[in-house]
Amino acid sequence: MSNSPQNPFRLDGKVALVSGGARGIGAAVAEALAASGAAVLVTDVLDAVGEATVARIRAAGGKAEFFHHDVTVEAQWEQAVAAAVAKLGGLQVLVNNAGIETAALITQCEVDDFKRVMEVNVTGVFLGMKHALRVMKPGASVINLSSVAGIIGSTAHVAYHASKGAVRLMTKAAAVECAALGTGIRVNSIHPGIVVTDMGTAFIQDFVKLGLAPDYAAAEAAIKAIHPMGFGEPSDIANAVVYLASDATKWMNGSELVIDGGLTAA
Amino acid sequence: MARVSNKVALVTGGAKGIGEACALLLAKEGAKLVVSDLDIAAGEKVVKAIKAAGGEAIFIQQDVTDEASWPKAIAATVERFGALHVLVNNAGIAIPGSAVDATLADWRKTMAVNLDAVFLGTKYAIPAMTGTVGSGGGSIINISSIEGIVADPNLAAYNASKGGVRIFTKSAALHCAKNGLKIRVNSVHPGYIWTPMVEDFLNSIGDVSEGRAGLDSLHPIGHVGEVMDVAYGVLYLASDESKFVTGSELVIDGGYTAQ
Ligand SMILES: NC(=O)c1ccc[n+]([C@@H]2O[C@H](COP(=O)([O-])OP(=O)(O)OC[C@H]3O[C@@H](n4cnc5c(N)ncnc54)[C@H](O)[C@@H]3O)[C@@H](O)[C@H]2O)c1
Ligand SMILES: NC(=O)c1ccc[n+]([C@@H]2O[C@H](COP(=O)([O-])OP(=O)(O)OC[C@H]3O[C@@H](n4cnc5c(N)ncnc54)[C@H](O)[C@@H]3O)[C@@H](O)[C@H]2O)c1
Repeated sequence: MSNSPQNPFRLDGKVALVSGGARGIGAAVAEALAASGAAVLVTDVLDAVGEATVARIRAAGGKAEFFHHDVTVEAQWEQAVAAAVAKLGGLQVLVNNAGIETAALITQCEVDDFKRVMEVNVTGVFLGMKHALRVMKPGASVINLSSVAGIIGSTAHVAYHASKGAVRLMTKAAAVECAALGTGIRVNSIHPGIVVTDMGTAFIQDFVKLGLAPDYAAAEAAIKAIHPMGFGEPSDIANAVVYLASDATKWMNGSELVIDGGLTAA
Repeated sequence: MARVSNKVALVTGGAKGIGEACALLLAKEGAKLVVSDLDIAAGEKVVKAIKAAGGEAIFIQQDVTDEASWPKAIAATVERFGALHVLVNNAGIAIPGSAVDATLADWRKTMAVNLDAVFLGTKYAIPAMTGTVGSGGGSIINISSIEGIVADPNLAAYNASKGGVRIFTKSAALHCAKNGLKIRVNSVHPGYIWTPMVEDFLNSIGDVSEGRAGLDSLHPIGHVGEVMDVAYGVLYLASDESKFVTGSELVIDGGYTAQ
């Protein structure tokens, strides 16, 4: 126990940047990181929603700032990272959370829609790592939001699966590279099953929209049937992010943390 | 804030190495501990350390390969602490040997400790958890290894046993989830952790410090792990913070399997 810090899951003194932190999983992550002691830069393209998340964090006694940030624009990544350093004093935790989905059968999928998903979900994560790793110091942690969609396939979400598979392996590439260069920075991915957020609801609606299910209830029942413990909550993902952000995971690098209520076990 | 307060945890092989670290950390975070092991002296020492730090714990001598020991261990747990919430199936052994060199006796011994015992612990813990925990839910944590995911030419039996733990865990997780039992079952996959097991293993095949340097270099991070690295993962899986995690593999390996 000699190497045990007093409270290993605490994040006091750390600064975190959460992309797509305005709502859904990102907002829950930002709130949990702040509740664990981190100062958080919430970034998103949704300014009002993002400011509201920051206000909630402050009302709960946490420290946070909002920064307008489109993850597909490289210059804005440079600004966001600089803002974390300037306003909050550094950057020890990056949560690449911003993401979008699009629903279409492969034969119907517009190339522009495919490219847009890759741009936000893959290029956005790459750019985040590129600029955060430049300023991060030993002990820092990068956490990339992949999905069970980065591990298994499903109907009508080809672009999303491609993007999340890419996040899964970009994470391992970054983990190995960071270790090889002796940076002392860890990179891991999280793979949620369906989580109740705007996107989670959209996944279910997609099946109705595409005529693959008669109505929302039927689509929901079909997706629930492969989630033996039901759907997840944003806090389920936020708790895991706190664990991965903390020094308790100093020897975890390149791992996939699957949080899916047993979906991919079957 | 204690992360597992009011939970009762049983840790097999809790006298030394990873199991000892898990027992100490879970106790520090508020759990009541049952430390089970073959080794009475070392196990009692862990219990003493927990009590000295203000925790509650008992020691149970148990050979985890003996089916009859399981109902007894669980009954003793429930009798002393009133429930069972967390089982860490940690006891394990490693006997080097290739697919050709390994003896059938070594193979069977490895399977008995590393795989049969995980099955037995899970088999008896699930009904006990269902019967005593109520709505709080239970968590079974099976210590597999990176050797349950990737192979080593000189660990044939160990690889087979740890691969078995990996997929048995998923089967048990699905059983619990599909029956609405609120019991989660997950596996943990450590890379090389500096413990008596690894030290003995290196001793059996050559020079220990040379061996350690060799093991260090297998992990991209550049060094073998510490028992606490695994204990923190067990704490995460034991706590309600991981309530949507079941059938998962928690890999804690310094990047070993990422490359
Ligand atoms: N909800 C699920 O079921 C689920 C499951 C697995 C993985 N995920 C992943 O978790 C992450 C968060 O998902 P969520 O469910 O909270 O989604 P959400 O749609 O509720 O929130 C996503 C956030 O990202 C922001 N965003 C989108 N494009 C952006 C851009 N270009 N730049 C900056 N911000 C942008 C949005 O404005 C929004 O605030 C995503 O990466 C998603 O793929 C979600
Ligand atoms: N140390 C590593 O590098 C490493 C890596 C991956 C996985 N693991 C796994 O972690 C677990 C713990 O390993 P460790 O390194 O702490 O080992 P260890 O040898 O240091 O401790 C194992 C403990 O289990 C006990 N034990 C052995 N057989 C038993 C039996 N039949 N009944 C009851 N108790 C028994 C021993 O007495 C000992 O106290 C094992 O399952 C091992 O396979 C270890």
